[in-house]
Order: sequence, then C-alpha cells, then structure tokens
Amino acid sequence: MLHEIPVERIGPAGQVMADAVGTCVHCGFCLPTCPTYDALGEEMDSPRGRIFLMKEVLEGNLPIDEAVPYIDRCLGCVGCVTSCPSGVEYGELLTPFRATAEQVRKRSPFDRLLRRFVLETLPYPRRFRLAALLGRLARPLRRLVPGRMGDMLGLLPARIPPSERLPEVFPHQGQRRARVALLVGCAQQVLAPEINWATIRVLSVNGVEVVIPRGQTCCGALAAHTGAAWQARRFARANLAAFPDDVDAILTNAAGCGSGMHEYPLWLAGQPEEDAARRFAGRCQDVSKFLDELGLQPPPALAEPLRVAYHDACHLAHAQRVRDQPRRLLRSIGNIELVEIPRGELCCGSAGTYNIEQPEIAHQLGSEKARSILWTGCQAVATGNIGCMTQLATHLELEERPLPVYHTMQLLDMAYRVEHGASNGVPGPETSEAATASATAE
Amino acid sequence: MPFNELLSDLAALYPSDRLLTAAAQIMPYESDGLTAFRGRPSGVVLPVTADEVVETVRLCHRHDVPFMARGSGTSLSGGSVPVPDGLVIGLNRLNRILRYDPLHRVAVVEPGVINLRVSEHVAADGLYYAPDPSSGPVCTIGGNVAFNSGGVHCLKYGMTANHVLGLKCVLPDGEVVTLGGESLETVGPDLIGMFAGSEGLFGIALEITLRLLPRPEVYRTFLAAYDTLSAAGDAVSMVVASGLLPGAMEIMDRLAIDAAEAAVNAGYPADAQAVFLVELEGPREEVAAEEVRLMKLLDDSGATEIRVAKDDAERLTFWKGRKSAFSAVGRLSPDFIVQDGVVPRSRLGEALGEIERLSQEFGIRVANVFHAGDGNLHPLIMYDGRVAGALENAERLAGEILRLCIRMGGSITGEHGVGLEKRAYLGEMYEAADTRTMFAIRDAIDPKSLANRGKMLPDAEAPALASHGAHPLEQQGVISRM
Ligand SMILES: Cc1cc2nc3c(=O)[nH]c(=O)nc-3n(C[C@H](O)[C@H](O)[C@H](O)COP(=O)(O)OP(=O)(O)OC[C@H]3O[C@@H](n4cnc5c(N)ncnc54)[C@H](O)[C@@H]3O)c2cc1C
Ligand code: SF4
Ligand code: SF4
Repeated sequence: MLHEIPVERIGPAGQVMADAVGTCVHCGFCLPTCPTYDALGEEMDSPRGRIFLMKEVLEGNLPIDEAVPYIDRCLGCVGCVTSCPSGVEYGELLTPFRATAEQVRKRSPFDRLLRRFVLETLPYPRRFRLAALLGRLARPLRRLVPGRMGDMLGLLPARIPPSERLPEVFPHQGQRRARVALLVGCAQQVLAPEINWATIRVLSVNGVEVVIPRGQTCCGALAAHTGAAWQARRFARANLAAFPDDVDAILTNAAGCGSGMHEYPLWLAGQPEEDAARRFAGRCQDVSKFLDELGLQPPPALAEPLRVAYHDACHLAHAQRVRDQPRRLLRSIGNIELVEIPRGELCCGSAGTYNIEQPEIAHQLGSEKARSILWTGCQAVATGNIGCMTQLATHLELEERPLPVYHTMQLLDMAYRVEHGASNGVPGPETSEAATASATAE
Repeated sequence: MPFNELLSDLAALYPSDRLLTAAAQIMPYESDGLTAFRGRPSGVVLPVTADEVVETVRLCHRHDVPFMARGSGTSLSGGSVPVPDGLVIGLNRLNRILRYDPLHRVAVVEPGVINLRVSEHVAADGLYYAPDPSSGPVCTIGGNVAFNSGGVHCLKYGMTANHVLGLKCVLPDGEVVTLGGESLETVGPDLIGMFAGSEGLFGIALEITLRLLPRPEVYRTFLAAYDTLSAAGDAVSMVVASGLLPGAMEIMDRLAIDAAEAAVNAGYPADAQAVFLVELEGPREEVAAEEVRLMKLLDDSGATEIRVAKDDAERLTFWKGRKSAFSAVGRLSPDFIVQDGVVPRSRLGEALGEIERLSQEFGIRVANVFHAGDGNLHPLIMYDGRVAGALENAERLAGEILRLCIRMGGSITGEHGVGLEKRAYLGEMYEAADTRTMFAIRDAIDPKSLANRGKMLPDAEAPALASHGAHPLEQQGVISRM
C-alpha cells in the first residue's frame, strides 16, 4: 500500500513501521484470524483497518488520540502475521506506534495510577507476590473497589503458592547433551512456580544442564506492549548483561517472554546495544522448540489414557511460529491423545494486561475459547504460556467444566516421573498441579 | 445537506456504536482490495438485522443519499470503494446461517456470512458449497453474489449464480422482493442471473438461498511442472481436447510460484517456469479410470515433473500456494494490479505469449496466475507507486491486456467485476446499443442512481472512456489515490 510516511522524522523505528505499511496490500486475509474483528465485525478493529489508521496517523492526516481507542483494543496476538500472505510484520508497526502514542496520549488520573501500579508490580516477583497476597485478603472487599481494580482482584488465583528459591545451576542427568540458561519469568514465578520446576526437571532428564542467572529481570514484554518503551529497554539491557555467553541457548517457557526477548533488537534499535540485542535474540528459544530439536529421551506412557487439547499460545504460535514442536513432544508421550481446538488460531483474550484494559472483549474471547475447548471432548488442556493457562482455567470454570490446564512441560514431567518415581531425589514441589481457576468463578 | 438530514434519522435507528461518522471510524472503510482508489464516505452503519438494512435504504431513498453495501471489502476492481459522501452499509454483522436443510441440500444465509463458513457448517453431513474464490476465508456471500464470483473449482460447477437458488433483496427504493425459490427450475426470466453480478447496482441481498453439493468421494490432485509457460498452456488444451472434465485446472508462472513459496512454503518445484495444477474428483472408480488417462496426457505434454498429492494435507498445501498467490505478490513488489480478463481457452498459449511481449515492451514485471480451465487470466502487474508515473504505466499495460482479451473474443472480467477500475472498457467490449440497454435497466430499477453510484456503468455525465491516466472521478476530484 502506497504511503507518505516521513520515515526520517519518526526516528529509528520509522523504516520498519513504513515497511509494514508498504507491504500490506489490503487484501483482508488477516480479518478472519483477528479476534477483535471476530468479536466486533468492524473495519477499524481489524488488522487491515489498524494498519490503515496507523498509516494515517504517521502521515499526519489523523490526530493520534482519535486512532488510539482502536489500537488499544488490539491484543497484540499477531494472529494477523500468521495469516498474512504478503508478510506484513504487524508487530513491528504496533510496538513502536504504541510507544509513540503513550508519549502524547491523555489518561485520566485513575488510569495513570492503575497503569503505574501494574508496571511497578507485575514485573517484580517480590512486589507482585506481596500485592497478590494482599489482593487475596482484599477479595471480600471486591465489590467496594472501583471497576477495573475490582476486576484485577477477580483475576487472582484462589491460592498463591509458597515461593521456593530456584537453584543457580541444575545438573543434567546422564551424559551432558547441552547447557542452557533459563528465563524464569516474573508473574509465572509467583502464580505457578511448579512450571519452572517441571521445565528444569524435564531438561535435566534429557541431559541438559540448566543455569538460572541471578541477575535476570522481567523480559520487558509487558512494558513494551503497553507502550512503556523506556522500561522495556531497561529490562532488556539488564538481561543482556545477566545472561552468560557460554550456553548453547537461552530458553523461555512462557510464550509472552519468549516473543518479548525476540523483540530486543526492535526495542533497542538505534541504541549502542542493538547488535548485542540481535545476537541475544538469535540465541533465544522456547523450551519446546529446543527439546524438539535436541531429540527427546522417549518419555514413558502416562498411567491412564488422557485426551488433551493443545491450545496455541499466540506468542508461541504466531509470534515465534512454534506450532508443531510442542505437539510433537506431547504426542511422544504414550497414552496421550492430542486433539485440535476448532478455530485454534484465535487468541483466548489473555494477552498481558488485556484482561484489565479491555475486560469485556477479554471475557467474550475467553468464554468462546472455553466452549471450543469443551467441544473437543478433551479431559485436559495443554499450552505453553502462563497467561493463557490462567485465562483458560478461569473460563472453563465459568462454564462449570473446570478441566485441568497444564503447561506442556508439566505433562512431560508427569510422564518422566511415572518412570523415575517422584522421590528419586529430584527436588522441587509437586509438579502435576494444573492451573487453578481464578476467583471470578465465585 | 441531505446527509445531515439522513444522519438525524439514522441516529434514531442505530445506537452510536453502530453509526460511524468520526474520521478514525470511517477512514478504514475508504478502499477495498484494489488500493489504487479510495473514497471517503460520510458515514458507515453496521446493521444487525435485515429490517435495519431495509429501513436504512428507505431513508437513503427519501433523502437522496447514495449508498453502498459492503461485505469484506476484498473486491479487486474498486467495487467496494465507497460512493464519496454517501453511506456505507457494512453487512459483516449479518452473519447468521438462518436455515440449513441437509436433506434438501439448501442453506439460507445472511449476506455477511463468510464464504468458507458455509462449507464448514455443512461439512459434517458430507456437503459443501462449491464456489471457492481464493478469498473464501474472507469474502462474504453477499459480495460473491454481487460479483458472481468464481474460484478454482468453478470449471466443473459454475460460478456463484449457478449456486444461488433464491434471493431476498431490498431494491434501491426500499421495496423488498424475493427472487427464485428453492429449486433450480424456475419459470419466467432468470432474475437471479440478473441480480448476480450486478455489482450492488440493483440493491442489497438480504437472504440468500444456496444450493449445496455432496462432497466428492475422492479427490486426486496433480502438480505438473514445465520448462515454459506456453508448454503448460498447451497441456491445458490437451486435457480439454481429451474430454476429461477435471474439477479444477490452474496455472502459475515462475514469479507467482516464487511469491507463493515465500508465503506458505507450498513446496512447488524450485526450477520450473510454470506449474499446472489439475484436480480430478468424483466417485472412486471413475476417478481411478480418469487418473490413468490424465497421467498419460501429462507425460506426453512434456512435463518435467509430475506429483500426485498423497493425502488431504498435501492436497491442501498444493492449493494453499495457489490461493495465497495474489496477496503473496506483495512480497515481490510494493504495489500491483490484479488484472482479470478472459480469452478463449484454445488461445491460451497465444495470449500468454502476447502478455509476455507486452511485459517486456513496458519494462514491467507481470506474474501470471490463472484459472486455465476457463481461460480466465489473472496477470499481476507489479509497480512501485512511489516512482512517478509507475502507476500510470502499469495501468496502461493493464489496459493493453484487456484490449488483447477483447480482440481475442474474450471478456474484460472473468470474476472480479467491472467496479471502478474497468468502467472505461465496458464501451470497448459492448456495442453502444448494449450499453444503452444496461443503462435502461439500471434506470428502471434505480432512477436516482443511489445504489453503488458510479460503479460498473460508465456514467452519462462522465463519458470520457479514458483508457489510462487519471480516472474520470479522480479528475473531478471526487476520489483520490493512495
Ligand atoms: C486475495 C484475493 C483473492 C481473490 N480471489 C478471487 C477469486 O478467486 N475469485 C473471485 O471471483 N474473486 C476473487 N477475489 C475478489 C473478491 O474477493 C470477490 O469479488 C468477493 O466476492 C468480494 O466479496 P466481499 O465480501 O469482499 O465484497 P466487497 O468487496 O465488500 O463488495 C464487493 C461488491 O459487492 C457489493 N455487495 C456486497 N455485499 C452485497 C450485498 N449483500 N448485496 C448487494 N451487493 C453487495 C458491494 O457493493 C461491492 O460492489 C479475490 C480478492 C482478493 C483480495
Ligand atoms: S493479510 Fe496482510 S496484506 Fe492482507 S490486509 Fe492483512 S495485513 Fe494487509
Ligand atoms: S495483533 Fe491480534 S488483535 Fe491485533 S490486529 Fe492482529 S490479529 Fe487483531
């Protein structure tokens, strides 16, 4: 699509943004995979419409505040990137656009406060843990708390697990096949520490030594995708410094973090660290991709047959194009029957802070996803992202069918532990606990 | 201002989130799949019931405001570029399947239902909806009816009009009529045939009764590679001459193959100058017999490689490359025009040679993707809109290709419609008397020219049949280019 975006005036991200617009041929192939278009059926809430709006803003034909409501409703799920035959890198347009919008937009004092609170809490496990515990206490007061703050309380899980410090190095079993560094995620550490334990145990069984660098911070995705570019850059720099060079790969087990870390070169475009960021991003991988390429030690079968629906986390399937690998891993477990969820490419509505910012759409997408999952007749759900796990568990419970929701690594871990027995000296809390539904079900 | 008066009436009909007038709300509706044109409407409404559509059309008629029905905006001929200062009626929320009768194999759908959803909905009963435009996952049945759209499988089964049994529509003056019924046999004039392909000029389709077909027992999909495009063209002629009737016959040239590969990794042969996709379908024994004949034919046609899809997944991959080819060309060139013309299929090789010559003469790359079985060419003319004069040059080439089609006894559109883009060529294809008849029919149905004004028919007030350069509406400053 022809445009007159003044690339130089916009700064380092100008060219990538202009390229995304230029590559869009306005064909509409992205419409059916866009969850907001599916929910709202209007052009300005579609990828094609948003690209058009951003183009008009960048060209100076439309004041940014007029376009922002429609950009805000975008989940950043990049389902549109998967379905676009023309190769439009929508995410590379959206992220810098949101950062620009953040600088000029006017927010109400309450909005500002809420945003500050989220950005100052969620990325820091200790603060988040404290806030979550307090939030649990405050739950009876939920109805007294104004709108979205109350919604936030509703999203907290029924139980905040105790924290248990992860080791700095976790040894491999048998012959060493690789050495990796793991990003342990921030909210995940608080809400579901068992996912990290499952991950390191599965890696270990497969002969992989796991390093958990102490200086690591939040990946920064939450900040970047809500337009807080400065904070995202700070986190990215900290992680560039914290992760060692002498490992075969840098692994993530939360899709959102993985896709965030792949965006470091974009966040640090035009900064002295840009090249380092590119090398770093090149070494980042989702744990499922890594294990699939390494070749899994054949896991023993589960004790009972289990029909599992695999849910594609957007930031794994669309942003990192990791679709087949986790499915292959799960299929290698005997007694698991893997089923596909209809219209599986649609986002479940979890997407970072979307639940808080756009509760109605998030709710609609969540319940549609839960119904599609139940349609498959599965007994459990597997996915690769903590955010999705919470959202799915919440909405399955709302449908009064609270199926267990597992991380892919948890199911693998379960299988290996069948063989080894849970007490072969492997530390860490029980792993088989699936995501628990939030209190909204009350 | 008639629009302001209309607006206050519409405000009584629609809640504010379905009556769009703010710049950010209406700008995204400014153009369709042909981005060379855009037009700014005064407003957009998003009805959720057929009654709302009817009432809206009545109000437009009362206030003399032109309107345009819009499906998914995938038209490739400017057909869904809004009438400037008119009203856009967005039908996307009218997306229910109203009735489905597997026994009689009919489905009654609202106009905003997505083409592919129909087949998905009926798949469990072994049925499907045959017309399969490449834009099937996106475009609406309403848009398909308006353009009488086709697809790769229309070779055997015909275009949209052959699959619409009944239509309920609102005419441009607000009268609601029902055309056809539930059977293919109708008495009297073929009114559905007239409405299908009328490009929104005769009103808005509100309910569409579709004919469903039983899914063929088996499909056998072949991919043959050739050293030259004309060899592939000749293979088509051989298949046609043999009396075989495949469900689909498609050709893509090297550039189109490159684009499709980049988009979906269809695994097409890396060094072929053209691939020919042929699909046999039907009862198992019949297909098995045909397969032997087809294989021999392809062998004799000088194919450098022949593959047969080994399962349904591979079959879908073969087709996926073909179906994403248009948009995928966006990877090769920032801008392009998808042309749509028809030549008699016996002259396919000749037409392709001529397009090749024109491409060299103009110094413009042209990728070719086409429904070989019915001679429907889709040259994709690539240009860089940022280079001064490039669009005009590309349009001149597009025009020459259309003239070529007319000269060879073909047509200026196979399935994408006339829209804005090809109005100027209608006069070249038809005699003056034919065009006068078309106007007479339009004037009888829509004397105020409210429904999709300015599309398809070269307007009396803008008779300049300019074959290239600025569009007449553009010269008047009514529409502008992106
Ligand atoms: C990548 C790509 C591939 C394509 N492939 C094909 C192909 O293989 N075959 C093919 O035939 N076409 C193809 N097309 C063109 C296009 O998809 C079809 O013309 C399609 O039918 C348009 O449907 P739509 O819902 O997008 O309609 P729109 O573009 O929104 O509208 C098209 C026209 O229909 C009118 N209209 C819409 N709804 C109604 C209604 N309910 N009543 C009356 N008029 C109405 C509009 O006013 C407009 O004039 C392709 C387009 C793209 C972008
Ligand atoms: S599919 Fe890609 S090229 Fe087509 S409209 Fe969407 S973003 Fe643009
Ligand atoms: S990122 Fe997701 S929500 Fe946003 S436009 Fe793309 S598909 Fe739609």
